[in-house]
Amino acid sequence: MATVQDLPQIRGVKSIPVEEFYSSGHRTCQGCESALVMRLMIKAAGQRTIVLGSTGCMYVANTTYYSTPWVVPWMHTQLGSAGSAATGTAAGLSAMMRKGKMTDEPINVIAFCGDGGGVDMGLSALSAALQHDEYNLLIVCYDNESYANTDIQASGSTPWGANTTFSPVGKKIRNMNVREKKNMAPMMAVGHPNMKYVATACASYGLDFNNKVRRALTAGGPTFIHCIDPCPKGWDYDPKYSHELGMLAIETGLWTQYEIIEGELSLNGPSRAISKGIRKRKPVEEYLLRQGRFAHFLPEDIKHVQDRVDEQWEKWWIPGLIPITPQPDEVETAEEAE
Amino acid sequence: MATVQTKLYEKESEELISGSEAIGIACALADVDVITAYPIRPYDTVMQYVSRLKADGAFDFDYIIAESEHSQFEIVKHASAVGARTFTGSSGVGWFYAFEAITVTAGLRMPVVAMVGNRALDDPGAFGVEHNDALAVRDLGWHLYWVATAQEALDMALIAYKVAEDPRVLLPFALSCDGSFLTHSQAIVQVPSRDQVEKFLPPYKRGKLQLHPDNPITVAPQVNEDWLMEIRKQTDEAMRRTPEVIKEAYEEFREIFGRGDPSPFIEEYMCEDAEIIVVGMGTLAMPTRVAIRRMREAGKKVGFLRVKFFRPFPAEELQKALGNAKGVAVIDRDYSYGSPSYGGVLFHELRSTMYPMDKRPLMLNFIAGLGGREVMVGDIEQIVETTQTAVDTGKIEQETTWVAVRE
Repeated sequence: MATVQDLPQIRGVKSIPVEEFYSSGHRTCQGCESALVMRLMIKAAGQRTIVLGSTGCMYVANTTYYSTPWVVPWMHTQLGSAGSAATGTAAGLSAMMRKGKMTDEPINVIAFCGDGGGVDMGLSALSAALQHDEYNLLIVCYDNESYANTDIQASGSTPWGANTTFSPVGKKIRNMNVREKKNMAPMMAVGHPNMKYVATACASYGLDFNNKVRRALTAGGPTFIHCIDPCPKGWDYDPKYSHELGMLAIETGLWTQYEIIEGELSLNGPSRAISKGIRKRKPVEEYLLRQGRFAHFLPEDIKHVQDRVDEQWEKWWIPGLIPITPQPDEVETAEEAE
Repeated sequence: MATVQTKLYEKESEELISGSEAIGIACALADVDVITAYPIRPYDTVMQYVSRLKADGAFDFDYIIAESEHSQFEIVKHASAVGARTFTGSSGVGWFYAFEAITVTAGLRMPVVAMVGNRALDDPGAFGVEHNDALAVRDLGWHLYWVATAQEALDMALIAYKVAEDPRVLLPFALSCDGSFLTHSQAIVQVPSRDQVEKFLPPYKRGKLQLHPDNPITVAPQVNEDWLMEIRKQTDEAMRRTPEVIKEAYEEFREIFGRGDPSPFIEEYMCEDAEIIVVGMGTLAMPTRVAIRRMREAGKKVGFLRVKFFRPFPAEELQKALGNAKGVAVIDRDYSYGSPSYGGVLFHELRSTMYPMDKRPLMLNFIAGLGGREVMVGDIEQIVETTQTAVDTGKIEQETTWVAVRE
């Protein structure tokens, strides 16, 4: 599978393909943004695609026996195996095509995992998959910030202080989840220097996500996209606000939208405007107080989150991305070099 | 290590190789498409061998050095789903690290062939052989075969692909090879030619179960209580069909290659008129045969029966072979703490196999050779003597005995 498919960038909403490859039959919750991620992902990838889905909402709620929503070939993989599923599928196709056992053609291989499967359990296999420069594959992590399928338990991607069934709000302990959300996409980008494409995305910006999927699939080699997915059940809000909450996550600066194409970073959407000083970040309060999972927050908790975001945008080496604070002399040296 | 030929095995040849190398050669002859490796002793000698074949351009396959055993088995499972012929393996706790992936491989009916270089489980650490690693998957739908020689390793690897990939079966196949005794010991092996193998082994065709854009199926959706029993029953039926498929494949193998015992399931050594039969698996066959020969020379009516297939368990063959014996001594290179009689796994399967018989031999269990401790000729003689005493007195003093163990 040396070659990739011809998947040009989509210029506007009117040019988005009308064909649906993720159709009716799924049983996801009302307002499920992860389901939208699936739909937009396969719309951009098209019919000559194999999708591998690790255990999680997008397995259990999507693919009930006899009522699959997938029009393309789809296969379940174990919770920690999105990386291995993509590698195995790509390796099988590659070997058979090279040896003449199968018609040689570019077939997209996409594996998806939730935050539990990707950011927690599957991290090692995912990292290994991203080392295989010889295979074209895309791993999409749909991050709804908890093990939402199993009853909303905290994951390594759950934000600080969030109320989950594993980190309930108690009489003695208000914020049981004191872990800060893992910085997943930069970890993948920095840790796998040969990767040609890493991006973050949000289904609230559908066309942007479509095009990111297409760039990933045509970049060559292994690629990774991390999506933030508002989850009405896990985040505790009215399903009609999913779209809005996705936008707010970015507008408050809690989530940064960017692409790293062959090592070159570019922020996009509201994140770009924020970094350029064109737009001001909205206070995190506007985002936090819309969600039941943060309903127990006191002003000091909101301040904790706000301070973190401020630090991220004002002090980090690359705002919103690389959590390293350069020392003053280093800044000077960098400026001199410029 | 065997010399690597750039044009591999155009003609039949004789090689001095280990059991691991024999399986590596079988992979090359079977034109395996995807192999995944992860280091753990003693199985990984097979991966060192196939990687050398690839490096020298003698064998073309996609070679993946996985980051864990779990990924090793997941990767071949998915490669198998798109129609690729696959090989992997592990040992001891490595096999256990892959347990989840091993489970779903059978559940998904993927004909993956794996080598288990049998090794003691941690802790405490030990490199030597024990059979508990492979035996742990006995209930899941894997074929489990215990190899005794390097020749058998090569031959059975080829038969394994033919059986596992048969559309009537589609179940994975594990070749258990005793650590060190088989994985690392060299012996003269008849290596068949590619032409012979091609005649014997058809390509793997997954048909309508193949995951491909031309065949857009959904594999392994959530079924819950609505369908799970029916699907489990299908796997059960496949396991019930496999003995017949094994027999066919074995007969065909014997015709083409001119080798092999009469039965694919068991090996009988001087069992015909034996009053006492020693039963075991794997490489302990060698010292046992020597002991049996010696005792025969001394006029004792003893025999040895080697169980080759543990899954499917050859109950009928064993009932027939053991039905006329007065005493049966089962040697387990494994343990099952807290089980009935505190015995080993093979013992329980055998005792359960013999239960419906009108005439049942006295059955004794001997736990021996754990962690790679050698089972000596003298141990076997002692085992037979203990069994003889039970037969003579009609009474079993002790159902399970740990052999040659310090008190």
